[in-house]
This record gives sequence, structure tokens and C-alpha cells, in this order.
Amino acid sequence: MFHRLSPDDPPVEQMVQSHKLRPLELLPWLAIVGAYFAFPEYLSLGSQILLTVVFALSLDLILGYAGIITLGHSAFFGVGAYTAGIYALHISGEPLSGLVVAALAAGLVGLASGLVILRTHGLTLLMLTLAFLFLIHEIANKAGFITGGADGLQGIAMQEIFGQFRFDMFGRTAYVYSAVVLFIVWLFARLLVHSPFGRSLTGIRENVTRMHAIGTPVRRRLVIIYTISAMIAGIAGALLTHTTQFVGLNVLSFERSGEIVIMLILGGIGRLYGAFVGAAVFMIAQDELAKADPVFWYFWIGLLLVLIVMFARGGILGLVDQARRWLRRRV
Amino acid sequence: MRFWKSLIATAAVALVPLAASAQTVKIGIINTYSGPNATLGELIDKGFSLYIKEYSKNLPPGVKIELIKRDDTGPNPDVAKRLAQELITRDKVNMLAGVVWTPNAAAIAPLATEAKIPFMIMNAGTAAVSTMSPYIARVSFTLWQSSYPLGQWAAKNGIKRVYSAVSDYGPGHDTEAGFEKGFVDNGGQIVGKVRMPLANPDFIPFLQRAKDEKPDAVMVFVPAGRQATALMKAYSDLGLKEAGIKLIGPGDITTDEELPNMGDVALGVITMHHYSAAATRPANQAFVQAWKREYGANSTPAFMAVGAWDGMAAIFHAITEQKGRIDGDKTLAAWKGWKNDQSPRGPIMIDPETRDIVQNEYMREVKKVNGALANVEFETIPAVKDPWKVINNRK
Amino acid sequence: MDFVSAAISIVFHGLAFAMVLYIISVGLSVTMGLMGFANLAHGVFAMAGGYLTTTLMNNHGVPFGFALLAAAITVALISIVLERLLYSRLYGAGELEQVLFTIGLIFMSVAVVRYIWGPLPQRMVLPEMLRGQLDLGFRAFPTYRTFLIAVSLALILALWLGIERTNFGAQVRAAVDNRRMAESLGINTGRLFTLTFALGSGLAALGGGLGADLLAINPAYAFEYLVYFLMVVAVGGLGSIRGPFVAAVLLGVSDTAFKYLVPEIGAFVIYIAVIGLLLWRPAGLFGRA
Repeated sequence: MFHRLSPDDPPVEQMVQSHKLRPLELLPWLAIVGAYFAFPEYLSLGSQILLTVVFALSLDLILGYAGIITLGHSAFFGVGAYTAGIYALHISGEPLSGLVVAALAAGLVGLASGLVILRTHGLTLLMLTLAFLFLIHEIANKAGFITGGADGLQGIAMQEIFGQFRFDMFGRTAYVYSAVVLFIVWLFARLLVHSPFGRSLTGIRENVTRMHAIGTPVRRRLVIIYTISAMIAGIAGALLTHTTQFVGLNVLSFERSGEIVIMLILGGIGRLYGAFVGAAVFMIAQDELAKADPVFWYFWIGLLLVLIVMFARGGILGLVDQARRWLRRRV
Repeated sequence: MRFWKSLIATAAVALVPLAASAQTVKIGIINTYSGPNATLGELIDKGFSLYIKEYSKNLPPGVKIELIKRDDTGPNPDVAKRLAQELITRDKVNMLAGVVWTPNAAAIAPLATEAKIPFMIMNAGTAAVSTMSPYIARVSFTLWQSSYPLGQWAAKNGIKRVYSAVSDYGPGHDTEAGFEKGFVDNGGQIVGKVRMPLANPDFIPFLQRAKDEKPDAVMVFVPAGRQATALMKAYSDLGLKEAGIKLIGPGDITTDEELPNMGDVALGVITMHHYSAAATRPANQAFVQAWKREYGANSTPAFMAVGAWDGMAAIFHAITEQKGRIDGDKTLAAWKGWKNDQSPRGPIMIDPETRDIVQNEYMREVKKVNGALANVEFETIPAVKDPWKVINNRK
Repeated sequence: MDFVSAAISIVFHGLAFAMVLYIISVGLSVTMGLMGFANLAHGVFAMAGGYLTTTLMNNHGVPFGFALLAAAITVALISIVLERLLYSRLYGAGELEQVLFTIGLIFMSVAVVRYIWGPLPQRMVLPEMLRGQLDLGFRAFPTYRTFLIAVSLALILALWLGIERTNFGAQVRAAVDNRRMAESLGINTGRLFTLTFALGSGLAALGGGLGADLLAINPAYAFEYLVYFLMVVAVGGLGSIRGPFVAAVLLGVSDTAFKYLVPEIGAFVIYIAVIGLLLWRPAGLFGRA
């Protein structure tokens, strides 16, 4: 399931050089810029996809790299979304400061929950992530005087970015805004996973006993990456609030948590770009197919998951890898 | 002979587009077609589809209607907003209609204002919704419309102490406040209130609390459909009827399509609502007949279907007035003050000041009619304007 | 006196809810403990049981008791096929794969069920003698819930006796404790897995049918109640029969009680309770660490 080095790759070279930028990595960015010009009528869907990629990236850090299996990640997404909304409503409609505040709030919640639940593992950990998500959902539901409860937070008006760019109805500003934020997040994530810290996460995921044996502060690392991941998920949530100017309880839904895991698996976990591919493919397919037949969308997604687990554990990018290796052997 | 006939036919078909300047009015429908609440959306869809089927011949010559339907999958305001955005910018609709959920309507409202797109609300019932945009008109209902007069009726009909239990969201809050105002202002006493979680609730603990207070009646609001059935079961399981505690509330707790599922435990429940499928007025009987003809003898319309029916009627009126050339402001002008005396629910009007529905409210009791459960109307309160807006002087 | 009456009412209803949760979840606890397999799709078996029971009763006039049994046996048989064809391939796989696989199964089942039965919840028409109130002299209780508690206790007793007194039960206990050792003693663990899986699924189906009055049978069933089943199993402890019972009673009664005592925060007290319990005992109340 995780991205492993194959026997074909020259081992040490690969490890040492992996942080260098490869030309293939520019592909998603070309696509993002290109889409702006090629699909001007789909920009609102586009910005939703972009912020979902941010969310998926945050999940990849803990699921793909650190191996923490969670079904409750939308708790941090939701905290970020609500913080951004409350901030915009009561303090200032300025978007960039809203992003920062949301990230900090989500990070704080991530730190608190991480300290508490990362002592456990397996089913217990999974259960705790779920319980935590439902807890936050209930709190948001009940604290209607701040969060708007089941009716949602209404009346959010975002100011122009840098005083210049208004959030227009065609979603142009939202798209560029989300793309820029994604770029920064991606840069940061990329640096992180190629750093010694990031490598140690892979070690923890693969063989935690050995990591303990060589003296790695395992739990501390896990809490740190969990907090960072929560912050990034919070940023994604804030992006949703800024681009839609609304926050509803569904930012804290179990469905959203499940969907983001599916998207990441679809793209391929533990390789950052799985987030791009998975989120884009899933959301575009959902937009197209759900129109045609919403009931069977569920069926195909379920079937896809089952098939991926049984035959294509690396997701789409895993299949691409296999195809490339097969081609290389032929040539 | 056949050759000439087909030649003439072909010529006629080819010339028709020249003869009539064809106008297509695009209407974007945002409705809930999937998820646990898909039945509400289905009833709404059936309602406006039936109207179009029966009355499209009344449209001006050459004017066609094109419906573009989108699924918001439930109370998901971000999805609803994006769908509305796409309908306006990509599909270039002339009007928006539908919307089951208040948060979805709230998310779409600013778009309607910015793009000057008329927005006909066929369901969402929180009182404040119609104030969210000058381009919104509502033809469904508000919870204050049913709960406020219900409170007044209860106080004047021997019910002195009431325990209020509502679902914790906009329409629930409205019901609680509306009932209390009507009830207390007329000498009643609210002995306790509780707000129950909207999702997956278990009604037993809340109704037990109500039973403890020994009120004359429990006033309840939950979303129409299976929650109402679960509520009835809890009411029966706890023996509240035997303890002499009546069950009253807005008609959402005994909707016509759900009544068969509730069983005899629902007998005697008194509600106030703007529509009952059992109503005997001729316009309703014709409507129910047309419904059963189209959707099967076992199918029953309910208030959501009527909201959609009348909404489409109002849309047709605006289209006819403008001869198919839709302008946002002219549409709203056509809607303001529009009346329909032949609505299945009795005479209705869109208030020109508030753009919200003005309609009769009926006191009903659940009785057995021809072996089946029905909401039988026994009292009419005519031409009720949304009390919340009247009391708070809001437009 | 009123408070006592209310308390009895609350405990009673909480207990009925807890019994249904237990019957459904006990199969999950055993299979997870025995096979180490995180089967999140367990709720699908309960849902299938509910759908089959109501369809047999509503469309074919089969009496309540027979419908329940038929549904349970059918689901058990189907689960054997599923286990042999699909689940057994993933026994060695990582937890993530298992979670994803079973979530995929839930998705598929939601679509299939919705296609066949539509989005509305199924009507459960209880047999005449189980409706209404049962007058036990000092107070009246809803007949069906009383029946539910009684039947559940009987089932639980049968289960406990089965696990403690039969050969099969001893083999299961041995395999849960130490699979390799059990295998080296000649116990055919593969067949044991299949049988236990079938038993657990059949029980779940029974629970789904019995509980149809409380946990409404609808397409989203497996998702809606997943949290409850998982909580019962996680708090109770994997592989245990007693654990989920205690957990179900604790969670079922306290959920109802808190909603009654403090309705404003009642809904989320249970999550705080679960988090607390799991942190105190990560392996569950009766689990093996």
C-alpha cells in the first residue's frame, strides 16, 4: 500500500537524490494553471478541488508517511472552517489573517488530541479518532450561538485579498487564492517529507520497534506530525469558508472524513502527489456521475475501493509506477 | 397521398421555428435527490413535474420550459452554493427554484442578489429566509405560520400547561418561539422546553422529561417523515396518551405520506398546518386525483408537493406575464401580490411587501377515514401572514 | 416517587437499546479478536437481517419468529460465501487495507439496498401480542421492549454457555488466546474462522431484525450505527464475550440517562465517556492488551 522502492531503482542514489525537483513534479502545476484558462466556467469546482488537495495532503502526512490510521480527520478541517468563519464574522473579513488564525486553532486542537490519543494504536486509536470527531461535531451543533448550529454560520462577508481581489461570483479569485495556498502548503510538505524528520516518520511507520531501539523519540514525532497535519487541515477548512462564505455542520461530517481517505487511497498514499490525483479524479468523477445516477455512484466507489485494496494497493500512481516499470523492461 | 402528407408535414415542421419566436426559459432546480432525506425531494419533484404536465399547454405560444435539476444531497450549504453558482454562470438559468433546507437557501441567497436571479423557495421554512434576498419569493410556509396560531388555539381551548420539545435547528427554534408567543400571550404556561438533536435522535429521554412535568399537552416539532414516526412510537411507548397528555404540533409531525407508517398510535393527534391531503375542497380533490392518476393509487401528496406545485404555478404566471423574456426585477414584480384561489390548499397569495406566502391554516385531527388515517380539518384560520415578520416588523 | 418511576423508565429503555447493540456487536468482537480483522462492514449483516425480516413479514406474510430465524440463517450462509471468497484474502493484510476494504463493502451495500428497497426506512409491523403495554402490576412497560430484553438475555445466556461449555467454544477461546498454539494442537483454524464468522453475522442479522423497531432499517444503517458498534467493541475489548455486554449496557443506559438528565449536553457526554474509558483501558474493559 505504501510507496516502496522497487528493485529496479538504484538504491542509495534514489534515497539521496529524492529531494531534488524532478520535471514530472511540475505536471500538476501546469494542469492547475492550464485549467484556469481552459475551463473558466468550472472554476468554483476547481477551487473546491484545490482545497480538497490541501486537505488530502494533510492526511497523507499522517496516514501515508507516519502510518496513523484515522477516520476523524475532518475534525481539524471543521475547526479551521469554523474558526475562519467566526473570525470573519466577528473580528475581520480579511482572508489572510483568517487563514493564520484558523491554522493555529486547528493546530491547537490537533496538539491536544494528539497528546491524548497517540498513546494508543490499532482499533483503539481508530475508535478514538472517531469519538473525537463526533465530539467536536456535537459541540459545534450545540454551541449554536457561535456556530449557527444546524443552520450554519450565515452572513460571512470576505474582504478583498490585499485590498484588491474581490471574491467574485465566477470563482476566479477563489481559484487563484486556493492555488497559491496549495502551492505554499505543497512546498512545505515536500520539504518536510524529505527532511530527516520526515524520513524518521517512514521509519516509525515501517518498524516502530527498531525506531525505539535506535533512540528516536517516537511519540514526540508522532504528536508533532499530527499537529502539523491538523494545522494544514485547518487551512483547507478555512479555504472552504473563504471561498463559499458559509460554514455548515457538514464540515465536521464522518462522510467527509471517509471521502478524504478514499481520495488519498485512490491517488496513492505516501507520495504527496496521490493527494493531487486522488482528489481531482474523485471530485470530477463525482460531479459528472452523481448527476447521472447518484445511487450508483456509491456502488462504484465501493467497488473501486474493494478492487484497489485487492489488486492496486498503490492507487492510481501505483498503477502508473507499475506501467512505467513494465515499459522500461520492454524497451 | 402519403407523399403529400409527409411533404406538408415536413414543411410545417421546418417552418414552425420561423413562425413562432421560440423562447426557452431555463429554470435551475436545486433539490435533494439522494441521501436519507431523498423522499422530501422526491415529493417536491413530483409536485412541480405534475404541474408542468397539466398546465404546460397554458404557456404562451413558442415558450418552452427547460428544467436543469441538481442534487444538493442534503443540508450541505457549500454544495448548494456551488451548484447555484454553476447554474447561474455555466448553465445561464433565468430562475432558481426548489431548496428543501434553510442553510442551503441561506447560502444561495447572496448569489441570487448579486446575479439578480429570481429565486422561488418551494420548501425551506425558517421565517427569516425570505428576508435574505430581495430576489427571493417563498410559496411554501413558515413555521411561525403554523405554530403561532396553534399556540393561540391551544390557550383558548382548555390547554393550560404545555411542554415544548423541538428539533434543534432553524425550523425547530421558530416553532418553539412561535408557539410560545401565541400560547403565553393568551394565558398559557410553558412548563418546560427542550431542544433535541437533529440527527439520529432517541426521543425517549426527552419525552420522559416531558411526562415528568405532567403538562396538559406536549408540543412537538421534528422534521417530517421517519423522525415523526419514531416520535409517535416513543409517545406511545412511554404511555403519555394514557397519562392524559395530548400531543400537538405543526403538521410536519403527521404528514400525509407518513401517516400510514405511524399506525393507530397517531389517532387523536391535533396539528395545525396549511395542507392536508384529505381536505374536501374541490381544488384539492382534483389535485389528489391527478396525483394518483400520474403516480399510482397508493401514492399520496403531502405539503412539500403542494409547495412545489404552487411554486411552479407562480413561475408560470411570471413567464406568461413576460411572454418568456425573463427579467429578474419584472419576475419579482409579477410574483409580488400573485394570488391563486385554486391552490389545493385553499386561497394563497404572495405578500407584495415581504414576498412570503400568505395562506390559510387549518386545525386538524388525525382520524380514520375509509379505513385509513387522515388529517381531518376542523377549523380554518384564514389568510395568515408570517407572524414573525408581522410582530418584528421585518420585510 | 416520580423520580424513581422516571429512572426505571430510563434504565429500561436504555437496557433495551443496549441489548440490541450487544447482539449485533458480539459477533464483531469475536471475529476481530479471533481473526484480527477489522470488519467495519459488520453493520451490513445487521442491516441485511433487518431488511430480510421486514420483507418476509411485509411481503410474504411470514410470522415474526420464523422471519427472524430465516433472515439470520440466510445472512449467515451468505457471510460464509463472502468470507471464503473475499475476506480470507485479507487476513494477513494491514489494518488500513481491512478498514478500506470493509468501508468499500459498506458503500456497495448501501447502493444495492437502496436500489432494491428504496430510500425509505422499512416498516416493522410487530405481531399483535407484542404491541402495546404490559401490565406487570406495579407499573406498565412497553411490551416489545420487555420482550426484547427477555429474548436478548436468553440469547446471551445461550452464547455464554456455548462458549464456556462446548467443544467449539473451547476451540474459539483457544484460538483467540493463541492461534499458533491452537493450530499446533490440530485445531483447524481456517474452518473455525469461517464458522465463527457465520455465527457472528447470523447473530448480527438477528439483532438487526429484533432491533428494527429501535434502530430503523434504512440504506444508511451500516454507516449510521457503525459508531455504536465500534464503541461497544472497542470499549468492551476484542475477542471477549462479556466485554461488549458490559460496554453495551454502560453505553446504552448512560446515553439515554444523560440525554434525560442534561439534555443540553447529553448527546456528547457519551463520546467523552468513550474517550475516557479507552484512555484508561486502551485494550477495552475485558480485552487482552
